[in-house]
Amino acid sequence: MNTIAASAVQSIDWLAIAPPTITAVLGLVVLVADLFLAERHKPLLGWVSVAGLAIAGLSLLPLRDGDRTTFCLVSDGNVCSYVADDFTIVIQLLVLGGALLTALLSVHAVAELKLPAGEYWFLLLSSAAGAALLPASRDLATLVIALEVASLPAFALVGLRRGDRLAAEAALKFFLSSVAATAVTLLGVSFVYATTGSMHVAEIADGLTHVDSRLETLAQAGVALTLIGFAFKTAAVPFHFWVPDTYVGAPLPVAAYLSVIGKAVGFTGLIVVTVRAFPSYADVWGPAMAALAALTMTVGNVAALRQRPDRAHSAVRLLAWSSVGQAGYLLVPIAAAGYADSTAEAEHAIGATVAYALMYAAVNLGAFAVVALVAQTTQTAQPVQSAQATHTTHTAQAAQTGQTAQPAHATETAEPAQRSNDGAGHRLTDHRALYATHPLAALSLGFFLLCLAGLPPGVIGLFAKVTVFSAVVDAGLGWLAVVMAVNVVIALYYYLQWTAALFRAPTAVPATVPTAASAAPSSAGEASAAGEPVPVSAAVPEAQVVSGTAPGPRVDVGTLASGTPGTAAHQAAHRGARTGESATDAVRPRVPAPLAATVALTAAIAVALSGAPQLVLRFASGTLF
Amino acid sequence: MSQNVMQLLLAAIVVLPLIGAVAALLPAPPGLRGRDPEQAVLRHGVTVTGLVLALAIALAAGFDHDSPESMQATTDIRWIPALDIRIHLGIDGISLPLLVMTALLTFLCALYSYFKMPAGPSPMAFVALLLVLEAGTLATFAVLDLILFFLAFEMVLIPMYFLIARWGGQEGPARAGDFARTAPATATAATNTPATEIDAASTAAQSVAHSDASAGDQSGSGRERAAWQFILYTLLGSVVMLLGLLLIGLKGGTFDMVALASDNGAGLSHTTQLIAVLAIGIGLAVKAPMWPLHSWLPDAHTAAPTVGSVLLAGVLLKMGTYGFVRIVLPIAPDGAHTFAPYLAAFAVVGIIYGSLACLALALPSSDQRAEVGPGATLAPTGRKADLKRLIAYSSVGHMGFVLLGISTLTPTGINGALFANIAHGLITGLLFFLVGALKERFGSTDLNYLAGGARASGAALYGRAPRLGGLVVFAAVASLGLPGLAGFWGEMLAMFGAYEPAAGLSRPAYLTFLALAGVGTLLTAAYMLVVVRRVCMGEPDAGGYGAARTAGAAVPVAVGAAAGATGATAAGDLAGTEQTSSADSRRSNGSAGSDSSDSTDGSDSGAGSGGGAGSDGAIADVRGYELAAWAPLVALTVIAGLWPAVLLGLTDPAVQHLLGGGS
Repeated sequence: MNTIAASAVQSIDWLAIAPPTITAVLGLVVLVADLFLAERHKPLLGWVSVAGLAIAGLSLLPLRDGDRTTFCLVSDGNVCSYVADDFTIVIQLLVLGGALLTALLSVHAVAELKLPAGEYWFLLLSSAAGAALLPASRDLATLVIALEVASLPAFALVGLRRGDRLAAEAALKFFLSSVAATAVTLLGVSFVYATTGSMHVAEIADGLTHVDSRLETLAQAGVALTLIGFAFKTAAVPFHFWVPDTYVGAPLPVAAYLSVIGKAVGFTGLIVVTVRAFPSYADVWGPAMAALAALTMTVGNVAALRQRPDRAHSAVRLLAWSSVGQAGYLLVPIAAAGYADSTAEAEHAIGATVAYALMYAAVNLGAFAVVALVAQTTQTAQPVQSAQATHTTHTAQAAQTGQTAQPAHATETAEPAQRSNDGAGHRLTDHRALYATHPLAALSLGFFLLCLAGLPPGVIGLFAKVTVFSAVVDAGLGWLAVVMAVNVVIALYYYLQWTAALFRAPTAVPATVPTAASAAPSSAGEASAAGEPVPVSAAVPEAQVVSGTAPGPRVDVGTLASGTPGTAAHQAAHRGARTGESATDAVRPRVPAPLAATVALTAAIAVALSGAPQLVLRFASGTLF
Repeated sequence: MSQNVMQLLLAAIVVLPLIGAVAALLPAPPGLRGRDPEQAVLRHGVTVTGLVLALAIALAAGFDHDSPESMQATTDIRWIPALDIRIHLGIDGISLPLLVMTALLTFLCALYSYFKMPAGPSPMAFVALLLVLEAGTLATFAVLDLILFFLAFEMVLIPMYFLIARWGGQEGPARAGDFARTAPATATAATNTPATEIDAASTAAQSVAHSDASAGDQSGSGRERAAWQFILYTLLGSVVMLLGLLLIGLKGGTFDMVALASDNGAGLSHTTQLIAVLAIGIGLAVKAPMWPLHSWLPDAHTAAPTVGSVLLAGVLLKMGTYGFVRIVLPIAPDGAHTFAPYLAAFAVVGIIYGSLACLALALPSSDQRAEVGPGATLAPTGRKADLKRLIAYSSVGHMGFVLLGISTLTPTGINGALFANIAHGLITGLLFFLVGALKERFGSTDLNYLAGGARASGAALYGRAPRLGGLVVFAAVASLGLPGLAGFWGEMLAMFGAYEPAAGLSRPAYLTFLALAGVGTLLTAAYMLVVVRRVCMGEPDAGGYGAARTAGAAVPVAVGAAAGATGATAAGDLAGTEQTSSADSRRSNGSAGSDSSDSTDGSDSGAGSGGGAGSDGAIADVRGYELAAWAPLVALTVIAGLWPAVLLGLTDPAVQHLLGGGS
């Protein structure tokens, strides 16, 4: 009787499970509180969530020694379902810190996009709780549950923008493909269970060393299939196709969340499964991971390279594809672990992934924050324009982006301007000459991009890549190192191009503005030849402002354009952009404080890490498990 | 001086510019405000670079000249234990001269900019970038860790990119822009007015468009393209280099250059060395630049502002060759040995190619000669013989000598290479300063324009600005390697080294290279003298007998503009008789600006210079601040030429030490 009681009522190490628990409980509290809060107090929920995530992060402090376990088998105290070792703590820090930054990023977006506050914060916190639980899970059932707890709220988050066709489509796409991947993983798990008779990672690792030869194929299939669900979450090619549409359709903070926490979920799961559970099948998953890594970075980077800067949402699309490419780098050390000679070496390689992920989390969230900031300032500049300018904007936009559907009805009324403009601030061209309007944001984004590219002064990005390189070279995977080097070079190009655009001179060719009035064809050709396409919708209102204030080059862009829609409107707006750029200081909308705080925080982290890379790189040298 | 002081000095030299760069972005403290913020920040730049120069001189004074082969003023602290990367600084006889030269050139550039700020956005950013650039270059020469070397190597890219992209081009295009802004202002006002006004407006617009298309080559998108090309080229090279450095670090077990150099390649297999040398060599060769990888250089130089060009040629290129001496030779000697003949071959091709390109630019182009004849006025403007471009190509040639010296793998050759490095830094720095001064005075660096016959705007420096002319001649003959000046020793020693290359290298091949390099020196002398003749000689007096003598030649082609041009068409042309009078008259049309259709042709120089340089023939001679910026370079060129032992005494023991494997 006593033993039954002892086995039924375990003593739980509440401190060890505090980080995910606090997050989960807080999510429920927020959801309930939402029911009783008046509309005007709703913003409080966001701040409560931010504070709660900070507390959850602080609860990691007592766990620093990293040797706590709980939910262990009664029969064998060494086999536990929840382990708070160094690896767990680091990943939980990444997840909770990332969620905190996402929350900061969301505070403004929730109000701006009129998202249901209670639901949004509940979903975000639940997903973060799942993601925080995942690295600690040491049995396959908990692992899959954690994976689903992290994923299911994410589907809802993606589709939370009600009435938005793009969001609904993105959510459905994400949901269907994700569920399919999870199902495959479950199938793999069942195969593994069939061969080893255990769900616990430690016992599976042991059991797989002496599999009945008749079950050998089953075990191999199980190992391979189990990886798929996690590979899906990291957006590894060929499980990546959902990424661009989902990122574009989702609210920007959710896209940022998916790009960092979503990937963390994926690669942590992969690490736990491969290195902890299936070390004896390294010859199965090692080559598979290497192939995945090579494919993922190549496809991601090549696709990112092909993004047209003037396309709607091109900045988000570029970040989406670049995050696919980055996922490839994250997978490289896992592949290297598959070729390691000893467990210690494998864990050493895993450290490179962890170090890289920490760098990537801070920097990528920062990049998303600046993109949100730019979109924000472009949108607030919108109301300045008159209805006539709206007309110009949309005909011009139609001419430029080929998006005929939205502007067609937008020309009828000025009201839908807000909607169709949603994607406008998210274009790469909107970042042109950002330095002139928001020098600090431009410097931060430049720094983030250089970190992602791995170039000085983004020192931390460089060293994170160096650790990955050294892991793969140590493992003797020369070909993968070469593939990665080629990819780093490809990625350099688009990161640099974006960075260079930030610091473009705001006044490009002053001569072209006046020639517009006399409609000299030679200068029209020159205008399009002289520079990249300019953010038309952003520039037109500015041109209006200029022609209103500056007496000099009073070119009535609006009349000129509305008379001859299509290409003429495009050209006029194009020229108007040049007039406007000199006076961008005049239109300088305020930046919401939480957004600015996110940018500042991520920039501070990135700079601190660049100054003292050892802070994250030490994970690459020590053992994590 | 005690070790600690030296240590602090070196650390301060590297860190001070960085602190200065941050400080430049902050508002000036009370008491240091100066006349206005711009002046204050430019003065701040001069102060910081001056301080760094003083520290560098103190470091050189404290340097133990009895043992230049040993690393001195070393600092060695842990930075990233995970990757075994250490902050390891130190100098020896190889790096000390480069360090001092960098500090000197940057100081002179800051001084020059204080008086003559290049046109562009805020001087705050300019000074900050200049200081970051200085920090990067100084760090490159001071660090002794492969990864730190890479970091420092890369650190210069971003400031240089912005210097080219934002401050490049200078007055010519800027003035054309001004013109563009003012002229069409009337055009816009005239939108609803009678046809005549619109006509006038559109002609103005057309002329502007044209001037932008031609003169704008170096402005706006053109210089952004040059900057983009610069950063892309060097970055691609650097990534490859990083792979090589990592390979060495991972296989050799450490990133420490001193440790690796004293191993002298012992810990690295032959294959590793081959791959590493190839990878690192490509990265360094792009920077140096070696012949097939040089194509970014002329564009970057042409587009860069004066100080950018000076630093690019004087300092940045040296980082490449320094890397060869410091990293490739001692750390992977086997690999270096295998690739040395190829390096030498490329170097020699670079010498010949650079000189031929210069010669082609220097000589009056043939298409221009063909223009003489009816209707030639509307012939397309020929290829522009930009002086900056010419000096950039001459850099390719000079760096070819440096690479040839390195590729001999002998102490003689490497000493020659290091000497040529310094000499090239001094002389080419001076040349770019001078070309900047010419551009400021004449509004163009087009050699065809500067030769300009004896028209008022033709340079004819001897007559109009004798001191400036004298300096141009001095720099030119120093560059062509006149014995007694700095340019001579380096190239002589490099060729001397090639006469007897290191054991195991094919002597006949090197003798061939030697002969070709000799031809290169002849070609260098040829184009430099042509440049001197075309820029400096000529008739300063615009009117008088010269005009009468050549009027006959000018008439057939200059009918339309004869009235406006006679005064200026003084095609006396004592210097370059083959210079076409058609080109002269086109230019004079431009400056006269009487005929709008003609002015489109001449506008590339006309719009830029017509009003500015003044056709009155009064050209400012060397100004005080210019003299201050140039005199040290002149003095050092003479000293290094007359007393080469100062430098060779420093480099030789260090080179012997490096080649001998640090034992």
